[in-house]
Amino acid sequence: MWEQIRSNQIRSAVLVIGMGALLFVIGYFLGLYFFDSGIGGLLIAIALWLIMTLVAYFQGDSILLASAGAKKIKHDDHPRLYNIVEEMRIASGLPKTPDIYIIDDPSLNAFATGRDPNKAAVAITSGLLQQLNRDELQGVMAHEISHIKNRDVLLMAMTSVLLGAIVMLSWYGSRIMIFGGGSRRNSSSGGPAQVIIMIVSLLLMILAPIFAQLIYFAISRKREYLADASAAMYTRYPEGLASALEKLGASSGQLKSANQATAPMYIVNPFRKKGRAATDLSSTHPPISERVRILRAMGGGASYIDYEKAYKQVHKGKGSVIPASAMSLAGDSSQTVSRASTADDPGRLERTRETSDAMWKLSDYKTIECPCGTKLRIPPHFSEKSIQCPHCGQKHML
Amino acid sequence: MEIVLWVLLGIVVLLLLFYVFTYNGLVRLRNQVKNAWAQIDVQLKRRYDLIPNLMETVKGYMVHERETLEAVTNARNLAQKISDSGAAARSKAEGELSSALTRLLAVAENYPDLKANQNFLALQEELASTENKISFSRQFYNDSVLNYNNKIQMFPSNIVAGMSGFKTGEFFEVTAANEREAPKVSFS
Repeated sequence: MWEQIRSNQIRSAVLVIGMGALLFVIGYFLGLYFFDSGIGGLLIAIALWLIMTLVAYFQGDSILLASAGAKKIKHDDHPRLYNIVEEMRIASGLPKTPDIYIIDDPSLNAFATGRDPNKAAVAITSGLLQQLNRDELQGVMAHEISHIKNRDVLLMAMTSVLLGAIVMLSWYGSRIMIFGGGSRRNSSSGGPAQVIIMIVSLLLMILAPIFAQLIYFAISRKREYLADASAAMYTRYPEGLASALEKLGASSGQLKSANQATAPMYIVNPFRKKGRAATDLSSTHPPISERVRILRAMGGGASYIDYEKAYKQVHKGKGSVIPASAMSLAGDSSQTVSRASTADDPGRLERTRETSDAMWKLSDYKTIECPCGTKLRIPPHFSEKSIQCPHCGQKHML
Repeated sequence: MEIVLWVLLGIVVLLLLFYVFTYNGLVRLRNQVKNAWAQIDVQLKRRYDLIPNLMETVKGYMVHERETLEAVTNARNLAQKISDSGAAARSKAEGELSSALTRLLAVAENYPDLKANQNFLALQEELASTENKISFSRQFYNDSVLNYNNKIQMFPSNIVAGMSGFKTGEFFEVTAANEREAPKVSFS
């Protein structure tokens, strides 16, 4: 699968260089306009980008996880989730099982983070964990693991940093230019060269953020399709992810902790509105209904070739999502892998109970099960030696 | 005259580079195949480890199913004993272990007390997941072998493979006929 990764790396390099050039051009012209020195502006732009990149590279994942209020779980906190992630790690051939986090949020979403496959993490909201059966959860986790395997996480982090730097420079630059940028105009006579520089800088500052954003969204959407295709290949069961996406599409709850910059990391757009299916350019994700239709059109196959065919079928022969170098990979396309049946899968109620137990445990609460059927949750700083069951009155020693 | 020399030198360098990259690519794929094989091994061992726990939990409830229990234990011990021998023999033994386990878990249906046991429920998840992991590691192994064999047999990398003695890998086939359905560890 390293061929696919390599083609991703080439593409991401082109993308990052293109956006980087855009950033530096803006910096250059702003410098020219404000302090008559393009190099000075360039240096400022480079410094801004370097700082943001370093922060994103070394702290990005922990910032993302901390701002989402994600809690790391061990095997015993939620064995099924842990096992499923491990199964998908094996299917994808990742060297190490990513850290697994649960976000205590009723909205439905999941994301992957981490700058390389050895330092990766997947997170899922408790709401989604309750909604999905085993096959669906497997599909979602396969999708997230594909993001790690295809190195999408680093690519998206780096490009979103560039996008952020471009937006920031343009925003401040244009505000100063329009409302307060008198200093430069007073100090020079304002020849035709000066006017041209001003017009170019203004145009750049208006167009660059839009342009950068469009590149960013287009790439992000393509990564989503590729991750869906990989998920189908890993699980050999596209229906799992399709049915999970359907559940995700039916809900419209927005994730509190998400923001525009982190949106592409999630499995579905955290800011989606119910019923919106239009493929507008300003969305980080392809419409869910379309992703489901492609997965369902794979017709018994599970390989990249089957996904590509299904994509063409849904788009009436136009476009392509799988890099040509990846197409030759993994030819065993039939959905033959045997799987644990869903018959023994815990139902909705059980899953809710299981998830809430896990969340209490992760918050350091102790749980005592009274013989009368009541569950007592003991807070972490409870200092008494015993507690009485409010339902049947039995005393429990702690 | 000099130009011709440079062009020749350029061609030689390009050929060398092609050889180096292809050779390294082949080595990488071969290592991936080896690693994938080791992964199957890890999961099969994990299953050996789980079975004694399962027996311990189950035997108190299933006193009348001595034969079924013994079949699982024997299949496990046999599979573990020949785990160093060839893939074919091993695959057969693992297939038998899978079917013995399936029989045991099907019989467990008749014991509601057992199905309420927390320990058993946890083991059930572990066993089902281990079966999945065995399937997925086999899937990854076969995918890796396919990629490796393609590279060895396709032009132009087949030239490098032939020169450096890379040999095609073997697929891990399922021999026991009923193994295909075996991982359906259904309890309800």
